[in-house]
Amino acid sequence: MSTDMMEPQRTRLPANMPSSRLRVDREQWLRTAEDLRESGARLLTLWGTDDRDRDSGFRIAAAYLLTDSVVVVEHLIKETSAPSYPSIAGLFPAALRMQRAVHDLLGISTDEVDTRNWLRHGGWPETVFPLRRDVDGNRQYPIVSEPYPYVEVEGDGVHEISVGPVHAGTIEPGNFRFSVVGEKVLRLEERLGYTHKGIAKLFENFSQEAGHSLAARVSGDSAVAFSWAYCSALEAITGITCPMRAVALRALALEHERLANHMGDLGGLGNDAGFAFGLTHFSRLKEDLLRANSVAFGARYLLDYVIPGGVAVDLTADASRLLLELYDTLESSVTNMRAIYDNHAGLQDRFREAGRLEQNTAEKLGAIGLIGRASGIACDLRVDHPWSPYNSLAVKMIVQTGGDVAARVQVRFDEVVESLRLCRALLAELPIEAIQTPVSIAAANLLGIGLIEGWRGPVMIALETGPDGGIRRCHAHDPSWQNWPLIDYAILGNIVPDFPLINKSFNLSYSGHDG
Amino acid sequence: MFNTLSRMLHTGLLTEPLPVPNEAIPALETLQKDVLGILGRALCIRHVDAGSCNGCELEIQALTNPYYNLEGAGIKFVASPRHADLLLVTGPVSVNMEEALKRTYDAMPDPKLVIALGDCGACGGVFAKSYASRGSVASVIPVNNTIAGCPPSPAAILGCILQTVRSSAVEA
Ligand code: SF4
Repeated sequence: MSTDMMEPQRTRLPANMPSSRLRVDREQWLRTAEDLRESGARLLTLWGTDDRDRDSGFRIAAAYLLTDSVVVVEHLIKETSAPSYPSIAGLFPAALRMQRAVHDLLGISTDEVDTRNWLRHGGWPETVFPLRRDVDGNRQYPIVSEPYPYVEVEGDGVHEISVGPVHAGTIEPGNFRFSVVGEKVLRLEERLGYTHKGIAKLFENFSQEAGHSLAARVSGDSAVAFSWAYCSALEAITGITCPMRAVALRALALEHERLANHMGDLGGLGNDAGFAFGLTHFSRLKEDLLRANSVAFGARYLLDYVIPGGVAVDLTADASRLLLELYDTLESSVTNMRAIYDNHAGLQDRFREAGRLEQNTAEKLGAIGLIGRASGIACDLRVDHPWSPYNSLAVKMIVQTGGDVAARVQVRFDEVVESLRLCRALLAELPIEAIQTPVSIAAANLLGIGLIEGWRGPVMIALETGPDGGIRRCHAHDPSWQNWPLIDYAILGNIVPDFPLINKSFNLSYSGHDG
Repeated sequence: MFNTLSRMLHTGLLTEPLPVPNEAIPALETLQKDVLGILGRALCIRHVDAGSCNGCELEIQALTNPYYNLEGAGIKFVASPRHADLLLVTGPVSVNMEEALKRTYDAMPDPKLVIALGDCGACGGVFAKSYASRGSVASVIPVNNTIAGCPPSPAAILGCILQTVRSSAVEA
């Protein structure tokens, strides 16, 4: 579907790329989803809002990525005692967990069979829906432990292994339930939500001008992507254009975030495949980059760098020279490491065929971002919907068709090289001007979205303003939502000891998903 | 193989003397000696993410890179709380992690040390207390020391670990 088919009911939506909003009734909600699926649109995110105070109903919204733009489809649910809407998970399977999360937070249900809680683990009562406006978000409840009804797998010799939520290593918490025969995995069921911090509700206590600091902390490893998405939404609502120097510096910071994470993952993947040398070298290169961040942007991790109207710290000429030197070292070291990885029989033996996600499975399930690109899905916002400054950088689409750990490694190597090219291009054309412009306070009840291709994939913020410079609702979405369920498929037929390697090759965010 | 060896030779040894965030923190060798003097063996740390944004994890991971070379100082991360002398907790404590954190703490042998890492662990950070978050680590389990920062630098983390081990030795 192209956007002109929806022309009559469509209104423009403030965003950093061509976007529109479409208000539909209950029946059209599903029909629109069908049309969109048919046309190859991708589901970006789905969220709900308590609008009973303003519009006498709950609102459910879904954002879709089309070839030429983004469309947000909204449906106002007038029935408030038992609010519900038709599930779109049959068309977009990634919607299933999002819909379960919407139920936990708002008490709006669907016609899905799977009604198990997703974010609520017994930390608050079943009758309390924290994102409703009449619920006090600060109230604390005692924990009532509730067993989670995992799907049972029966058969001769099948047994279960449960791992987590606390894992052996410095990683985030989540639970993985494997059904195995011998060492072979028959089924994997994930349970997430352990790091749910109530971010959506918290946003309502933040002012428009401070919300970026919470957005940056949705997933710390994607802080630049989230804070930029937030600022893009706010700036689109207020009609502010950032100085080009600030825009270029934001992109530079975003590419540094991509480089740091990719290099960390490349080292981790070597290590998980028994090649500690890879970890030693990549962790060193990553540290070099983080130290350069301190000099160039004022911090190793850029949680407070992108601010409304611009960036917090200017780049000096000295720092710029230092960065250019660093890029040369990184490029030659990474090229060197790539040759070592490519020629290491033991590594390749572990990488190839492991955790394969076939292209058609990835298509069907709605894979997105880096994981999609490693399974042949050519989708990168920087290429397809380039917002400023990417519209003048001609970003190269990196794609691999293998869908295995090896393909995810290759995508990372190629993206490191492309990121370094972008960083150099940004520095070469860095305009001399201010790094900030004042952002005025937006009027209440305005919706805007910001979409940024972070290192994992498209990060999205949907921001709706409240009165007095406040926030009425802010929905933050990490692409891990789409990609977590894919691991359940990628692991099938693999052996349990390969799980850490496969999981690492996805490296999804728990915090970004749990909210 | 040749490539790997030549890369090793060209890179050389990178481990730095312990970065010094303040005068009180001595060099790496002193740290190692202290750890040995106090415990008579390596210091074993168990990390638990009790609900962090994952920023703090990145800096803990950095401790094992060749510049900080934590393991070289006789400090290692262990997979089980039963082997741990020190619990390093990140994040505000989400209600969904409260039970798992308490269980991990209970499973540690006495005497146990706990460090709450980052602004979130120290005081709840931006997440504070809510229906979904208990705020600081200290509101759930006893804490010996906290490290401010969002996230704190590897040097600050290392400094705090040392200080905590030291003062526990003095008390003992
Ligand atoms: S202190 Fe900062 S980096 Fe650490 S978990 Fe909290 S928000 Fe994330």
